[in-house]
Parts: sequence; structure tokens; C-alpha cells
Amino acid sequence: MYMYDFTYRRPKTLDEAAALWGEFDSPSFVSGGHTLIPTMKNRLAAPDVLIDLRAIPELKGIRREGDRLLIGAATTHYETSTSDLVKDAIPALAALAGSIADPQVRYVGTMGGSVANNDPSADYPAAVLSLGADVVTSQRTIPAEQFFDGLFGTVLEEGEIILHFSFPIPDSAGYAKLCSQASRYPVAGSFVSRTGDTVRVAVTGAGNDGVFRWSAAEDALAREFAASALDGLLPEADDMIADLNGSGAYRAHLVGVVTRYAVENPGTAIVR
Amino acid sequence: MTEVTITVNGAPQTHDVEDRTLLVHFLRDHAGLTGTHVGCDTTQCGACTVHLDGRAVKSCTVLAVAADGGAVTTIEGLAEGDTLSDLQQAFKDNHGLQCGFCTPGMVMAGTDLIRRYGGALDEETVREQLEGNICRCTGYTNIVKAVLDAAGKYRAKQQA
Repeated sequence: MYMYDFTYRRPKTLDEAAALWGEFDSPSFVSGGHTLIPTMKNRLAAPDVLIDLRAIPELKGIRREGDRLLIGAATTHYETSTSDLVKDAIPALAALAGSIADPQVRYVGTMGGSVANNDPSADYPAAVLSLGADVVTSQRTIPAEQFFDGLFGTVLEEGEIILHFSFPIPDSAGYAKLCSQASRYPVAGSFVSRTGDTVRVAVTGAGNDGVFRWSAAEDALAREFAASALDGLLPEADDMIADLNGSGAYRAHLVGVVTRYAVENPGTAIVR
Repeated sequence: MTEVTITVNGAPQTHDVEDRTLLVHFLRDHAGLTGTHVGCDTTQCGACTVHLDGRAVKSCTVLAVAADGGAVTTIEGLAEGDTLSDLQQAFKDNHGLQCGFCTPGMVMAGTDLIRRYGGALDEETVREQLEGNICRCTGYTNIVKAVLDAAGKYRAKQQA
């Protein structure tokens, strides 16, 4: 399939990227392109320029700084899933990265691209929100709570570039999801992290407003960190996505199931 | 149009292409290497899998301009003369193909898989790791056998 015509540029600096953004009418940033290129093939997006961010040094690398883990926006899922730094600090995050799509996609797709796109069924937004990461951009630092803004929406401004993610390191974390048998995107996924007395539960794939924190589950798990603490708790079915993968009630039930799995299996990603 | 140079199976290929040209079309239409197939064209089936800078990628979702300066290996680049690669031979020995359409992608993904795991593979891992390649003929059984066969040869060579 051929996309509408466009120009491709690969700037080496943030300044160059910003200048390019101003030169075109409908620019788009791209890194792995594994969501954007299929979207362009379907002619659901038609930017006149693709500004490839992968050659910019500020977007590269994984490092540990004190009690935080910093992951560059252009880091691929493969790099995140195999990094000893990530596996040591937040093993559930490495496992989540290794559960996205398939090996070929993981070699190319990036954390920054996934989070900037905020697909309601993407995996990374659940980790970013549950762990309370900071999204560090070319202009500011945005706490995860303020970053996501509805389906495919974020608070990123025109021309603003995610440089890296700064993750606080939790005492423990776990991720679990049930995937669509066709697309392999999660129908419901839950990332549960625990730091001291604080528990944060972020749910992807299920909410009709995109990734969300399930506060009732957080309160129950903060009182007693056990799967049984979630007995009788479900999110509102009316707040769930209803589509050919399942009704709102089905998804609400699944959110309970995958959250229990995530609680019971810290340090990993359970994929069904 | 942009001049793009990609080293394909060891030989540099320079062509003027539109920026929207996909790597798979660079390979098939400009380099004339039609062993790499376009299946679903939606990043799902894996028939277009090639190695870009040593890693298996889906060439229907990589821009040729983004691969400029890189090195690509296609299915045509695996055999040495008339001698098939171990995995190609294993597909033949284990009847790992029927119609053959998915086979180039399976072999490229399988070659990457064997290397990534140092040949230390079991059936479950092979099935899980070939998630990005779809076959509509074989039911996968003989494909998995072929990969395990070649993985054994890989291990034997490492130990030799």
C-alpha cells in the first residue's frame, strides 16, 4: 500500500527538529513508526513531513540515577526488555516491554512513540501511569497523572518532543493482560505497583477514556496487599470500552481478573 | 526523490526513491529481489521479514529512506552458493512449508530467533517467538520442528 506523498527528514539535534516542525504545514514526528506508518497506509493520517527523532542523542539510552530509572524516548521495546538496568530496577517493566506485539515489532517500536500516541490499548501507558513516571520533554517535565488526556490524547503541545521517561523505582510491580486473539492488543491490562504503603493500579485496554487509575482497587490493596482484597470490586461497566472484543460488563470483570494476576505475580508480565 | 544506498546481501544498492517508499518495495521493485513477500501489508503476518543491521524487521513498515546507510539481508542472501543455510535446509528436511508464501519471512525470523537465543530453544519458546509470522497452510508443527532442528545444529557448531 502506498501512503500519500510526504517528505522524510532525520534531524540530528533538537533545534533542527524544532526548525523542521515550523517549515511544514502538517508535520509529524516519528520514531519506530510501527503505529504511524500503518495509520498512514490506511490514510487515517497524512502528514506532509515525517521528522524522524531517532538520531537525536537526547532521546537515547537507559540509565540509573539514584532512585530513578531514566529511559530515552527512542529506546526500542527490545532494548527495554533486555536491559539489565531495567530488569534489575523494575523487572515488570522489562517484562511488559517483552510482551508487546512480536519480536520484529519490538526491534523497532519505541517507548516514546507508544506513549505519545496513547492508544487506549497500548501497554506502556499503564506502566507510566502506575509507576508515576515523569515525562520529560523538550519544554518541561510532565507528571504521568497530567500527561494522558483521553483516547489517543496527551497534553503534548505542537512541536513538543518527549526526551525521556523518569521512573521512580517501586518496591514491587506486576503486569497482567488478556490479549485479543486477532490483534494481540490487550483487551484489558493492569499494572500494579507498590511503594511503601502506596499502591497504584493503572488499567489499559479497557477504559472508554483510555488508560485510568482504578482508585477503589488501590485503596483496597493499600489496606491489604493480596488478590483477595479485590473480592467484590469491579470498575463501572459503563466506563469500559464495549466493542467486538467484549461488552462493558465483560471488560469490567476482566479488569478484576488481570489486576489479581498482577498482584499475585510481581516482577513479571502475565500474558493470556 | 531521495538517493538511498542500502547494502543488500553484501552489495551496495543505490536508487532514487520517493520518501514514502517502503523497504519491501525498495527490495522488490528497485533491487529486483522478489523473495521478500508482501503479505498483509499491516505489520502482522511477517512475510516481509528481512534483517536490517542484523535484526529481523517487517520491511512493510520500515521506510527505505530510514534504512539509508544500513545493511539488509534477505532470503536470497542466506545460502552460500548452492548450499542452503541450516534453517533453509531444515525447512526442506522437515517439510516446513506447503504453499511457501510465508516461508521467506519464517526463515528470516527463525534465523534471528536462533541467533538471539544462541540455539537454546524449546517448542514453547519457538511457538511464542514466531508470533509475528502467520502461516495458513502448515498448522506450524513442521515449521517449529525445522527451527528446532536448525537450532540443534547451531548449538553443535557453537560447541565444536
